[in-house]
Amino acid sequence: MPQNLTLLTGTVLDEEMICNLRDLCGLCNVSAETIHEMIDEGLLRPRGSGPQQWCFTAVEIRRTQTALRLQRDLRINLPGCALVLDLLEELEELRRLNRCR
Amino acid sequence: MEYKDYYHILGVSRDATQDKIKRAYRRLARKYHPDISKETDAETKFKDVGEAYEVLSDPEKRAAYDKFGANWQAGQDFKPPPNWDAGFEFSGAGYTEAAGGGFSDFFEELFGRSHYTGGGTRRTFRTQGENQHAKIVIRLQDAYLGSKQTITLTRPVVDENGHVTTKPHTLHVTIPKGIIEGQRIRLEGQGMPGTGGGKSGDLYLEIAFAEDPLFHAEKRDIYLTLPVTPWEVALGATVTVPTLGGNVELKIPAGSQGGSKLRLKGRGLCSATQTGDQYVTLRIVVPKPRTKEQKKLYQEMARLMPINPRENMGV
Repeated sequence: MPQNLTLLTGTVLDEEMICNLRDLCGLCNVSAETIHEMIDEGLLRPRGSGPQQWCFTAVEIRRTQTALRLQRDLRINLPGCALVLDLLEELEELRRLNRCR
Repeated sequence: MEYKDYYHILGVSRDATQDKIKRAYRRLARKYHPDISKETDAETKFKDVGEAYEVLSDPEKRAAYDKFGANWQAGQDFKPPPNWDAGFEFSGAGYTEAAGGGFSDFFEELFGRSHYTGGGTRRTFRTQGENQHAKIVIRLQDAYLGSKQTITLTRPVVDENGHVTTKPHTLHVTIPKGIIEGQRIRLEGQGMPGTGGGKSGDLYLEIAFAEDPLFHAEKRDIYLTLPVTPWEVALGATVTVPTLGGNVELKIPAGSQGGSKLRLKGRGLCSATQTGDQYVTLRIVVPKPRTKEQKKLYQEMARLMPINPRENMGV
């Protein structure tokens, strides 16, 4: 199929990627209120003093998207999602240290 | 088409109560959730569990499914008998949200296909397609140099009647130079199709590295353990070291020790704006004395260079 031959080039969500509240909402297909709730819960920690100045990194984009899936698939509430995300990150770090040994 | 044993998938008996089925589903959904599980086939298992629950949690579907009895074995070639579903009505029951990813052929043969317009209501919404997530495993070399990868995903496709089927979907993707493990590439509009003219979701590809016999990566830095001889570390030497970009010469300073770490600047995973280094950890390989003369040499060393390497252990 010809469509399969197209070479796709995407955007890398790397260390330099920074987006504002509106970008984050667009990327995750959620309302600003949802993001506010996630920030209140400590699930997201943007830099910047207020909504207008908030800066989100690739880490925040990933955390938002994972939290949304956990909410939908496992019916975990926001504090639960925040806990799961923190534990998953810790687990990942421990796995990494274990590999290096 | 293979028969699917939904009871077996959920690990419950055929006479399990609805409560028991729910608990089994919740437990397995947590266990195999692709964001949580590290098992390679977690996504498939998660879908199987969701499909099994879709059927067994709905009394009508469960009753229809039970008509087959226990005679079928999982994996057995299956064709439903004609009019098997006489007396059952599924169309109004709708599908739960777990249905999003599309079900197996077996499911669709029995219960029809899930509709994107979903859940009994016939209003058409203009909604954006869901984002899709997939992991791709690439070689370290491909990250170091940048590459093109061909990946195949199973992708739900909506036909002209609004039915959903899964089809393999092959993509050719540019992997930019200097991408690192855990980073994601966002391919706009390559996710699930939208409904009612809504735009497609995005596809996120998460990068994982295949195990490499020599190197391992920590973020942008590359680590290599380099075997060296005692005289190379004692006297200093210039040795050839493999890097992802080819062999380079590395100067080992005289008096280095086993475990010493030397840095090759800029030889890690470098992107357009970020740089990484390669760290070389020295591992001393001690030759076994095989001849009388070689043994004598070791004895000579012991005499001329007395040392207590365990001094700081107080022994």
